[in-house]
Amino acid sequence: MSIALSAATEARWQKILDAYPEGRKRSAVIPMLIFAQDETGIITRELMEEIARRAEVDYLQVEEVVGFYSMLRKQPLGKYHVQVCTNISCMLAGGMELWHHACESLHLKNKQTSADGLISIEEVECMGACSWAPAVEVNYDFHHHVTPERFDEIILELKGKG
Amino acid sequence: MFNPPSPHEVKILTRRFGVQNSHTIDASLAHQGYDGLKKAIAMGADAVINEIKASALRGRGGAGFPTGMKWSFIPRTSPKPKYIVCNADESEPGTCKDRLLIQNDPHSLIEGIAIAGFTMNSNRGYIYVRGEYRYLIYILETAIAEAYKHNLLGQNILGTGWNFDLFVHSGAGAYECGEESALLNSLEGKRGTPRLKPPFPATHGLYQSPTLLNNVESFCAVTHIIRDGAADFAKHGPEKSGGTRLMCISGHVQRPGVYEMPLSTTLPFLINEVGGGLRPGRTLKAVQPGGSSSPILLPEECNVGLDFDSLAKAGTMAGSGGIVVLDDTADIVAYALRIIRFYQHESCGWCIPCREGTTWLKKILERLNQGEGTMKDVDLVGELAKNMFGRTFCALGDAAAWPTGSIVKKFRGEFETKLAAVQARQVPAELVNIG
Ligand SMILES: Cc1cc2nc3c(=O)[nH]c(=O)nc-3n(C[C@H](O)[C@H](O)[C@H](O)COP(=O)(O)O)c2cc1C
Ligand code: FES
Repeated sequence: MSIALSAATEARWQKILDAYPEGRKRSAVIPMLIFAQDETGIITRELMEEIARRAEVDYLQVEEVVGFYSMLRKQPLGKYHVQVCTNISCMLAGGMELWHHACESLHLKNKQTSADGLISIEEVECMGACSWAPAVEVNYDFHHHVTPERFDEIILELKGKG
Repeated sequence: MFNPPSPHEVKILTRRFGVQNSHTIDASLAHQGYDGLKKAIAMGADAVINEIKASALRGRGGAGFPTGMKWSFIPRTSPKPKYIVCNADESEPGTCKDRLLIQNDPHSLIEGIAIAGFTMNSNRGYIYVRGEYRYLIYILETAIAEAYKHNLLGQNILGTGWNFDLFVHSGAGAYECGEESALLNSLEGKRGTPRLKPPFPATHGLYQSPTLLNNVESFCAVTHIIRDGAADFAKHGPEKSGGTRLMCISGHVQRPGVYEMPLSTTLPFLINEVGGGLRPGRTLKAVQPGGSSSPILLPEECNVGLDFDSLAKAGTMAGSGGIVVLDDTADIVAYALRIIRFYQHESCGWCIPCREGTTWLKKILERLNQGEGTMKDVDLVGELAKNMFGRTFCALGDAAAWPTGSIVKKFRGEFETKLAAVQARQVPAELVNIG
């Protein structure tokens, strides 16, 4: 095959492909994309071609969904993607101020990545933490009731982990 | 991490929250887990559907459709495969309850889906989980594996000869995929755009086969309804809105949180007694009682019940159970803009009234929020919203137009004040260039 993925991602792909009825492998495309992206960081042409082959669909059928779903991306982001919600519940709890704080303290704009590739930020829509607002999600980890001070701590922890 | 419970809660769906390791099958089985499934098998499909009808359960995903009636629409004897699909896409702003249900009691959801599978004579189910909820996918996969080990999923379940496989499917970020037909397209590996209805998913759903699609909380409610009987659930709400629901209160209250409350609860009780009231010295400005898609209520309209019919009568909706409270510090113009920015971003682009409508609403509201424009622009927002409503392919357009229209109608004064305040402070650009 043209791209090498870890054994864990391969196993995950197999699990996904096994989840749909005969002749319905197209259903596997989106989950395959997102789990692979977790490893590769971005979705490349080679990755889309590989998924098309495995799911037995046309390349374009993979390409067209990549453009539709906001979590799928062709541009790399940081190792830690810090997502700040500014939707209504978070906004009422200081989410907009938190977002501005994130931009200013990290000297980054929306969807930009730090020079060392470690941290990227994004202003996101409601992520299901409205009653514990404002909320931040780092990759897939939720943080609730995030103050600007707490935000700085989270960033320090991420930098510490490297 | 989450809010502490309230003494006013009626814990039916959340009864196992707080039990140690409540997400495991051992904890579930120690607390009557899967008793509902066993009872359903003993009762038979018709009795199950009648029980759900009697419970007056209405869909917790947003539309409030009577669940028992929806179940009765599925052609159970069709020779085609029948599918059970659970909507765990939870992305209506203001709503954060399905996440709690899955995290704390995944087996109550799996049991509800299994009851549906048995009732519909289905052999396959999917739980569509929004991509951002990755940790819940792992929790569900572990719980499903446990259920297989206990012969509660898989082959010849509990000796009945009935087989049922359940899978978890990850979304990848799109609010529109919460809409049932868009969800089905997405589950088939396509872009998440809506389908023309009819035909409805009940007959032509996943892979054009009969499909029962419900929200996470609806399935969880079924588990408890079948186990303890319809009457035990129905008694917590008015005649046509049975039971409890997980109410997500957020915004300007002292104890925001998710609380399981009877549907007979009133909005003032929820805000003041459960949510801890407003902060000291603050007054109420507005409430969105059913997520960001619901028309806004003025303080004088807030003396209302939180069941589906009472809120409909008040000109709004119970929706997904997200109750957003705004006090006098809230900037309603900025709030309206934030709502429309969301819908503009999430419009799937399939139909023109929604795609163009949300884009224009956003442009005008951005100007108004910056203090540019005139009161005529406020009227234009109202007109645009009115013209969008009911004219879009799916309800996303309505969800954008309805709250926006209500805000400009009810808070015209706030728009005036904001325009006047900003314009008093700054010299208009045209004048700067004159001298
Ligand atoms: C734009 C849009 C987004 C929706 N998002 C969700 C959602 O995130 N979760 C959900 O359960 N229902 C959502 N719905 C409602 C579903 O279309 C459907 O009515 C519901 O899942 C059915 O389940 P229920 O009868 O148990 O409520 C949405 C509807 C629309 C129009
Ligand atoms: S509004 Fe921010 S998590 Fe829901």
